[in-house]
Amino acid sequence: MDIFDKYELLAQRRSQLLGAGADPFDLEIEDLHGPCEATIRGRRTILVGTNNYLGLTFDPECIEAGCAALRRLGTGTTGSRIANGTYASHRALEAEIAAFMGRAHAIVFTTGYQANLATISGLAGPKDVIFVDSDWHASIFDGCRLSGATVVRFRHNDPDDLDRRLERNPNPGGCRLIIVEGLYSMLGDVARLREIVAVKKRHGAFLLVDEAHAMGVFGAKGRGVAEAQGVEAEVDVIVGTFSKSLGAIGGFAVSDHPRFELLRVAARPYMFTASPGPATIATVRTALAKIAAHPELRARIWENAQRLHAGLSALGFTLCAPPGPILSIRLPDERTTVFAWNRLLELGVYVNLALPPGTPGGVCLLRGSVSAAHTPEQIEEVLARFARLAEELRQLTARVAAE
Amino acid sequence: MRASRHAPAMSTPDPDRLLVEISALVARFAPAGAQLTRATELVSDLSIDSVAAMDLVMEIEERYGIDIPVNEIADLVTLGDLVDLVARRLAARS
Ligand SMILES: Cc1ncc(COP(=O)(O)O)c(C=O)c1O
Repeated sequence: MDIFDKYELLAQRRSQLLGAGADPFDLEIEDLHGPCEATIRGRRTILVGTNNYLGLTFDPECIEAGCAALRRLGTGTTGSRIANGTYASHRALEAEIAAFMGRAHAIVFTTGYQANLATISGLAGPKDVIFVDSDWHASIFDGCRLSGATVVRFRHNDPDDLDRRLERNPNPGGCRLIIVEGLYSMLGDVARLREIVAVKKRHGAFLLVDEAHAMGVFGAKGRGVAEAQGVEAEVDVIVGTFSKSLGAIGGFAVSDHPRFELLRVAARPYMFTASPGPATIATVRTALAKIAAHPELRARIWENAQRLHAGLSALGFTLCAPPGPILSIRLPDERTTVFAWNRLLELGVYVNLALPPGTPGGVCLLRGSVSAAHTPEQIEEVLARFARLAEELRQLTARVAAE
Repeated sequence: MRASRHAPAMSTPDPDRLLVEISALVARFAPAGAQLTRATELVSDLSIDSVAAMDLVMEIEERYGIDIPVNEIADLVTLGDLVDLVARRLAARS
């Protein structure tokens, strides 16, 4: 027996996709021309699938701050916070995130994935029960597994189902932790946090909200969906990432819990990995200051989201959620979706291809994300190219029907 | 509010009845006409992948008003394992 035999089904699935002419897992960005354009397959392409919500990856001040930190502090920290020391800039960033999010404590992690892994596995233990939304991100699922807690899924964004499950599982011997996302990354729908918070209070559970996709975009101050819905005080822990609105890499968790800092000596994905490098920390600090000082960035991404959503809807595409930073188009089947994804690349538009089993409910999606940095001309151009795609899809459907 | 808000007030069904009922739910996730016995393997015989398994479990949970922790789903191999797991959760409830 070979050690890779266990992946037989996976391998079949992959070659099936390759046969259909798509390798979404190995797309090469050959060169970049700012936050919204790249060269892909030798072609100048407009990027509509980067999660670069505020377009800060090429912000001159962020770049300068990163370069200065590289020169002054070097290329890497070469170790973990607990074994090899905390840099002053790690501390400064943590203080700034705490202030931005309006919380007493903030802990920075090396990636957003590890932020969930560390926070969830640090908060919950084998005696606890985690109630998690069924559209979970992989990092939430893996964090739950690492915790050793009993994990109960509830129906996506369904506070009544959550309520029933809490009712059935009082767990007097441990704690109960609810985990949801503010903005769901695949369909782009928003959590019903007000109702979830009401359920949480009734049952005396803890609540963690992953604002990975919402921070910088939702809320008057850009803190996320909990801020936008006015329920921050009832959210015990918020997890976020630096890899989307902040245009870098890394993650964080914030809380007002007086014992939150204990995670630094309890959460293994914090303790046993190298801390974020100086350049990353510096760009994130600058980006954070930028999004605090420039609410017009948020206004701009919402304008772009409205325009793109309206345009795509007018072309007859089925969008999975109201206008927002994530615009996912639902297509009828895998063949059509792979065709559309490839055609868009040929037309010079990059979106994400999302297929089952990676999608909720087994839907086939073209997942787009808008940026505050998209110009009106780029949005118009993207819509013109989608119009060509729509026409070709109509012809394809007509041909298939005639066959 | 969903109709299944209140779990059906029923006594725990006997094992044969449970097998029939759960087979009917499993059939919706399996290839048409698949043979369903206690020995049928969910992954290798029915190609029910991890995501479909989660959806199937959600249906079963709603049908019986129980919670099946994710931790226990990974251990399931056969349809019989699934029926036994549901029976255990039903017994724990009552
Ligand atoms: C909801 C959610 N949480 C966490 C993460 C992990 O963040 P990162 O990619 O920055 O590690 C992501 C994105 O990948 C995400 O979509």
